[in-house]
Amino acid sequence: MSLSDPNLDEPVVHLTHLDHLWFQVAGTLCNLTCHHCFISCSPKNDSFGFLSLATVDRYLQESISQGVKEYYFTGGEPFLNPEMVPILTRTLQYGPATVLTNATVLKDDWLTTLAAAEAASLYSLEFRVSIDGYSPETNDPIRGIGTFQRALDGLQKLVQFGFLPIITATRTWPDSEDGQILQRFSETLQSIGYQRPRLKLLPTLQIGAEENRTHGYRDSERISSDMLADYDVGQLVCEHSRIVTDQGVHVCPILIDSDDSLLGQSLDEATQPFAVRHGACYTCYQYGAICTNPSSPAASASPRRQASLLAGRESE
Amino acid sequence: MISRIACLGGIYSNHLALEAALQDASQRGVDAIYCLGDLGAFGPHPDRVFPLLDKYHVQCIQGNYDHSIGHGLDDCRCGYTDPADNYYAQISYDYTLANTSSQNRALLRNMPTQRHVSLGPFRLLLCHGSPRRVNEFLWESTTSSHFLEHLLDQHQVDLVATTHTGIKWQRQLADQRRFVNVGVLGRPENAGTTAVWYTLLEAPTATDLQVKFVPVEYDHQRLARQMQAEGLPDEFIETIVTGWWSTCLEVLPAKERQRGRY
Repeated sequence: MSLSDPNLDEPVVHLTHLDHLWFQVAGTLCNLTCHHCFISCSPKNDSFGFLSLATVDRYLQESISQGVKEYYFTGGEPFLNPEMVPILTRTLQYGPATVLTNATVLKDDWLTTLAAAEAASLYSLEFRVSIDGYSPETNDPIRGIGTFQRALDGLQKLVQFGFLPIITATRTWPDSEDGQILQRFSETLQSIGYQRPRLKLLPTLQIGAEENRTHGYRDSERISSDMLADYDVGQLVCEHSRIVTDQGVHVCPILIDSDDSLLGQSLDEATQPFAVRHGACYTCYQYGAICTNPSSPAASASPRRQASLLAGRESE
Repeated sequence: MISRIACLGGIYSNHLALEAALQDASQRGVDAIYCLGDLGAFGPHPDRVFPLLDKYHVQCIQGNYDHSIGHGLDDCRCGYTDPADNYYAQISYDYTLANTSSQNRALLRNMPTQRHVSLGPFRLLLCHGSPRRVNEFLWESTTSSHFLEHLLDQHQVDLVATTHTGIKWQRQLADQRRFVNVGVLGRPENAGTTAVWYTLLEAPTATDLQVKFVPVEYDHQRLARQMQAEGLPDEFIETIVTGWWSTCLEVLPAKERQRGRY
């Protein structure tokens, strides 16, 4: 259990509704070893393992009674999981699916199958591709030598198969440079034939490998009860999400390495409130809706703005 | 007993399309007309929609735009997160706020945010974005059926009707229940045609609930000239005359984006 210590100012966040169900489908296994990875994924990190199609299917079934709205898949690198294509195909029978990938291991026959699965589904299949710079010089020092070109080749393949991938870049530069860097990203992507690139910037999370690359959180970087007054807690991932790993159901995709993140073995067991006591919770608070897609309702306005918009008055 | 209603939404100051839609709905003999919010935005002369809504006795609910204009807030609270989307949204909002009278702002401020309506034996919930949040985007391709079932269960209704996203869609659920996005009158729905849409809901028998999307043709070239005269962005005018969205695109999910030109 993760309820707050009454002697500390550790506010708890309740799960309002399970909108987004995540799957740590590749565990912490990745073909890359990015220096800023908040769960230190690598080819050798097997602290979390692959999820099987059968396991995913069990949670998909349970998600119906929970009224889950969207499904997200992450890792590690999801496409290292040998059942990834059948998992996405199955998920598209239940609802919209988003997969977070580094795009370096994609194969043509997988994309042929997935394009057909999306065409046959009511729902969108979103690819979110992680690239952290608009050039080898800006990307490779973070993600590894040669990874920029490999990711760009993967992106080009996705575009050729008719997908419109969302490129996510972790902001390792000052906020003031966002406009210029987004422009350079856009130019790079258009140069490989992606005429209408979609881009999403993410904040760094100062845990895992990133803690060693830069620094961890200061003690003062925590959410207090006062900070949640007049704040739309819907911006916090734990208010509307849970994630399945090979160890059970955890509170959010960011904190799976934390001892208090494991909430139960079923979705029904994992609905309890969570004490937002971690430094990473502070980043989630600051930026809001950091894990979801731009089309998603949890990302539908900036923090502090939505409290007054919650539906209230009725008539008739 | 009410058995046939018209639901329209997202007028976005398109008074010419509104007038055409209201005439059409009246000729079809509807029992009532409801507007699901966002009277202003995008188009010219926001005050021109109010006399039409009054003349046809349209019962309105408040959208996010109406809430913002009514309270004189600093932006539309549309829910965009991408800077490019917000850039154009702000141009539209600043123009609409500056050109909406204080009298009409008071009307916007005082509109209800939801309405429960009976249509024959069916219980309807009319809202703007979703029953739980005025600016929630419920897109066809990113909303699971079991989530919609959850919303209808929670509110104990047979049909939920929304607008907000700008693209009409509907889904048949278990036990003859439905979710309907009624579309918008303010701008075409990114399909390359200039028509805009509203929706007829009809209960001809005690067991039959029908949904019909109605295209509305109007003098879009005249609207484009008015927008040009008001100094509204060329990108907005392009959408009116081509039917393709050219702004506020980043909020679209993959499938909806793939159907458009940009």
